[in-house]
Amino acid sequence: MYRSAVYDEPLINELVASKAEKIKPLNSLSSSIRRKEKINLPNIDETQVVRHFHRLSQMNYGIDSGIYPLGSCTMKYNPKICEEIASWDKFADTNPYQDVSTVQGNLQIMFELEQMLCEITGMDHFTLQPAAGAQGEFSGMLLTRAYHEFNKDFERNEVILPDTSHGTNPASASMAGYKLVEIPSTADGTVDLDTLEKTLSDKTACFMLTNPNTLGIFESEILEISKLVHDAGALLYYDGANMNAIMGKARPGDMGFDIVHLNLHKTFATPHGGGGPGSGPVGVKTKLENFLPIPRICKNKEGYFFDYDSPESIGKIKGHYGNFSVLLKAYVYILMMGGDGLRKSSEIAVLNSNYMKKKLLDSGKYKLPYKELRKHEFVLSCEKLKQEKNIRALDVAKRLLDHGMHPPTIYFPLIVKEALMIEPTESESKEDLDRYVDALIKIANEEPEVVKNAPNNTPVKRVDEVGATKNPVLTWNMI
Amino acid sequence: MLKEMGLNNIEELFSDISKKIGIKGLDLPKGLSQQETNQKLRKIAYKNKTFYDMPCFTGGGIKPHYVPSVVKSITSRAEFYTAYTPYQSEASQGFLQSMFEYQSMISELTGMDIANCSLYGGVTALSEAALMCTRVKRKKTFLIPQTISWEKKSVLKNYAKGPEIKVKEISYDKKTGKIDLKELRKHIDEDVSGIYLENPNFFGIFEDDVNEISKIAEDADSLFVVGIDPISGGITKSPGEYGADIVIGEGRAFGNHMDFGGSSLGIFACKKEYLRQMPGRIIGITQDADGRRAFCMALQTREQHIRRGRATSNICTNEGLCALATVSYLSWLGGNGLEELSRINFEKGQKLAREIESIDGFEKMFDSVHFNEFVIKCNKDANNINKKLLNKGIQGGLILDTWYPELENCMLFGISEMHSDNDIGKLVSLLKEASYV
Repeated sequence: MYRSAVYDEPLINELVASKAEKIKPLNSLSSSIRRKEKINLPNIDETQVVRHFHRLSQMNYGIDSGIYPLGSCTMKYNPKICEEIASWDKFADTNPYQDVSTVQGNLQIMFELEQMLCEITGMDHFTLQPAAGAQGEFSGMLLTRAYHEFNKDFERNEVILPDTSHGTNPASASMAGYKLVEIPSTADGTVDLDTLEKTLSDKTACFMLTNPNTLGIFESEILEISKLVHDAGALLYYDGANMNAIMGKARPGDMGFDIVHLNLHKTFATPHGGGGPGSGPVGVKTKLENFLPIPRICKNKEGYFFDYDSPESIGKIKGHYGNFSVLLKAYVYILMMGGDGLRKSSEIAVLNSNYMKKKLLDSGKYKLPYKELRKHEFVLSCEKLKQEKNIRALDVAKRLLDHGMHPPTIYFPLIVKEALMIEPTESESKEDLDRYVDALIKIANEEPEVVKNAPNNTPVKRVDEVGATKNPVLTWNMI
Repeated sequence: MLKEMGLNNIEELFSDISKKIGIKGLDLPKGLSQQETNQKLRKIAYKNKTFYDMPCFTGGGIKPHYVPSVVKSITSRAEFYTAYTPYQSEASQGFLQSMFEYQSMISELTGMDIANCSLYGGVTALSEAALMCTRVKRKKTFLIPQTISWEKKSVLKNYAKGPEIKVKEISYDKKTGKIDLKELRKHIDEDVSGIYLENPNFFGIFEDDVNEISKIAEDADSLFVVGIDPISGGITKSPGEYGADIVIGEGRAFGNHMDFGGSSLGIFACKKEYLRQMPGRIIGITQDADGRRAFCMALQTREQHIRRGRATSNICTNEGLCALATVSYLSWLGGNGLEELSRINFEKGQKLAREIESIDGFEKMFDSVHFNEFVIKCNKDANNINKKLLNKGIQGGLILDTWYPELENCMLFGISEMHSDNDIGKLVSLLKEASYV
């Protein structure tokens, strides 16, 4: 049985008694801004600092701890070599303001990465600037605005999304000033062409789509969708969060998408860092090239350089050139995988997903609403367990933690009741997949109170999340 | 596995991709072994010059700072860096507690009640602050000083498009380089949701009319947003002490490398009363089923995965690991260390300015107290001077006239605790040489 390390680790300011001390005043500063007391941060020995965070780390679960099949998050193994190379001072200690002649290595990497991403997605041009997937989406929406405004098409103020879309999609479109129109999926779990056609109008700026969608289903009628969208004068946006399903098998550019964002911290194996940093490069077709953020990375006889001369550009979306350290890790990953390796990884990701899906369906414990063939992820429903034993998706997730396994994404997409969204990725062995399947089946057979009282083997028992919102305690001064 | 699934080959799993769009493979080079990759990257890396190969005195907000080995040792714990966003609290207590401690430290630093656990960077943090002012005050004008980086202005323009925020620039006093209070008063009207002040500002100058500006904001029923350079926090009052409502900043300098400008760390803190309008993830304390202290994500109903189109921000992935580096760094440094660090940066800034000013043909542009960056006007072509420095292995100041045409031949210099006396000596003697020719 799995057992996590458990410490009653104090907060770092509880390790030593500290109080604000008077400071030797810096008289050259005006008294309006001169500090009088030292900042109240604990002064602790290095040893204690290391032990504190070491213990905390032992109460945390990462992909290096075990299987992490969080749907739509692509928790694949992060190769160590990528981490090592990104930490070399030749990269880490370069300043973005340095003369380009002294950072030709960095520019080469970004230039070549753009080309690689163009080939992988079938797009014509890329910007590496967005800091994460959601910022890529937001950039895509700004590009959409710039495109329509350039064409003097000022009435297009709506973005259409399927009801299976990631939460960031509507949030990003809304931030860019668009009205949202959500359309329901078919009984198959895919885009309803009739509804889409009826919803499209001369008000539509863009249709945002994930393919395969968040149910893990490939939108087979994508060429028809693309035609409808373009006939209406709108653009087609590709949320690349699920790109891990189709590398080397199909490309958004060939499907008719005009704008694509990728999550390098998903498909291209850079770590999630407990929430970031990520990277969300955006690819476009040539008709949108002039609107891309500045600077563009170019090459001439003398070498690589930044081109700021782009009058139609939307300008900047983030400081400097994007999360370079993440770009570098993705570049290293693609170099090692090669074209064939990327294709193979998508094949195995899809194989693993369908293998688990079949075994779990055969168990009869979980249902699979919508179409059967899935790509890199699939969404089960715990509705039967809920009805028969009052065990909810949340309970199943928490019980998995007792097995030392990270749960799937739960309650998403919203159109599946009691959803378990499972994305095993290509990193897991057959044995690991089997163990996960066995755990899910075992849980379904357990007494409801055992499952509902889980987890027990984690550093804390079930956490009262509602309480954290009802009575917010957000800093140590609020305790 | 295929056999167990009753399939003959992998292609059957891709039968839903029509022949019209299916491809046979990608036109990318064959994959390299780890050894080949390492060797190839080494060759590319050596095309770069780092701070250690070539001291860099460029200002503009990004400078090298010492990263203690402790930080790398902590952020390299794979339990931390290979984890996802902590949706499953019970398996993420370590990261959640670290982020709670980060929020607490940022709150101490800024003098604000609460802080989130990071945005993408200082640049987008300003944009998010402008959006938040609009939400809180339901007004549409946001005032910024002319003396902020052009990148911040450009990004802000993009974030302002959706909610149709009017961004107005307040010019600076040409003598002091500080925000022009008269101009600020002139731009105040009933539509102003927020006033942004950067301290120290883009020219490295301390804005000390903070009490006046805070009063102007209060009288106009708008929020006072302050941008900080956290490195100066050990010697300057926290903005909370002079009436700020929201404090933002670029936190990279606390335990992170320059990384060619990314990753970055967006600091975002505010008063408690605006909590529900705040963007980004926030970690809180709660209890587990046994009544023990536990940590989890709080107020998730503001966020996109719950609220979708009506979320306070679209941010999902943030800069968690950079925030972890920062909390490790500040734990190691402590309040005493931070004061010393700020003092060293201040003193180095004064020393370098004195030495450059003492050279004929170079003078300080503004008559104000600066931190570790400052503007120098050269009597020769600044681009030419930088070229000469570069040839001798030094990266000079940031040329300003691209964005401030009135600052012809002006350079923004920057220095930190990393620059040695030797580096300073080399720069000064090369500047002397350049001034003769």
